[in-house]
Amino acid sequence: MSVKHHVSDGLLAAYATGELAEGWSLAIATHLALCPECRVRLARFETAAGELMEETAPDVAGIDQSWDAMRRRLVGAEVHAFPVQPAVSAPVHTAVIPEPLRSYLGSDVDGLKWKALGRGASHIMIKTGDSETSVRLLRIPAGSPVPEHSHGGRELTLVLAGCFTDGSERFARGDLEEADETVEHQPIAGAGEDCICLAVTDAPLRFKSRLLRLVQPILGI
Amino acid sequence: MKARAKVMNESPEDMTRLLLAVAQARDVAAFEALFRHYGPKVKTYMTRQVRSTQIAEELMQETMMAVWNKAALFDPERGNVSAWIFTIARNLCISSFRKQNRPEFDPNDPAFVPDEVVAADAELQSRQEADRLYTAMNALPDEQKELLKRSFFGEVPHSALAEEYGLPLGTVKSRIRMAVAKLRKSLEDRL
Ligand SMILES: [Zn+2]
Ligand SMILES: [Zn+2]
Repeated sequence: MSVKHHVSDGLLAAYATGELAEGWSLAIATHLALCPECRVRLARFETAAGELMEETAPDVAGIDQSWDAMRRRLVGAEVHAFPVQPAVSAPVHTAVIPEPLRSYLGSDVDGLKWKALGRGASHIMIKTGDSETSVRLLRIPAGSPVPEHSHGGRELTLVLAGCFTDGSERFARGDLEEADETVEHQPIAGAGEDCICLAVTDAPLRFKSRLLRLVQPILGI
Repeated sequence: MKARAKVMNESPEDMTRLLLAVAQARDVAAFEALFRHYGPKVKTYMTRQVRSTQIAEELMQETMMAVWNKAALFDPERGNVSAWIFTIARNLCISSFRKQNRPEFDPNDPAFVPDEVVAADAELQSRQEADRLYTAMNALPDEQKELLKRSFFGEVPHSALAEEYGLPLGTVKSRIRMAVAKLRKSLEDRL
């Protein structure tokens, strides 16, 4: 497997500096789990951020008191590992959904409880700590289109199983599609296998179909 | 190994030596040197994020406490000390101040796709990259460097920068884009 569609510079830099809300970061971190190439780029941005921090004007006011306080804490400080979120285990070699996403879902694909969206599609809402993004796992039946829509903001779609095509572009496992206000599109799931993808948005999609716009609030999309 | 408390020229190599001394020998003098070098920088970074010197001081202390506790996890082959401390500060800021999770990949996950590069190559590469980055950043024109610096940490929104410099927003954005692109290019050209 090799990933063809990667995280853009702007988004990756924002992930590196910690500017992004949790929902966007979840999509990017999950892409990074599947993409050695972007992990190399991330390391560069983190090096750049470290370098920029190195160059900031140091705030040395009260540094001696700060150090005194620190030294007192060192006495008796134990070496303890940082709290690590308990990962949801998956059988070796067959895990479909990588961390960190699997822990957000509480299970790998076989244990998921899908909610019907109509036309054979289904979804699972994913809770994050930010109120800016809306995050969901989507399952589009093999060969089916996602209704044509445009976007009120940014949309990140990360393919985890199956594939979809959008115009002339094909997105398969690990591929990330970035769309914004300027994009109107109709992704179509590839034949043969349902397409499972993670979708993160910060504004409701604008469906072309009036009927869909009417039922949008009911379906929660 | 005992490291001296005073850092002479504060090179990245000095910082690595100090942190390794903390990791391997729990060397308090080495830690003090790191603290006096990075503490004030982390505090500046935190103040910009949280806009309160008191909270910034607390978060700086937490960051440096984590440096002491997690020193053994620092891998000099994978990056330099400033980047490592930056990521600790960043994550603390997200979890303690913004109260959000920081989603990160897990290299031990069965679904994780490992790197293809062998370790020795990666080590050499990351050292060279750090050097190149340093050179590339210093080679940027001052105006680009300044904008990059101030926008990189989300310190100032682009619109505020535009106002301050009396430049159209588009110009600010394109200068930042140019600076990032130049950095990338100078790294990639020499790969
Ligand atoms: Zn990638
Ligand atoms: Zn879309």
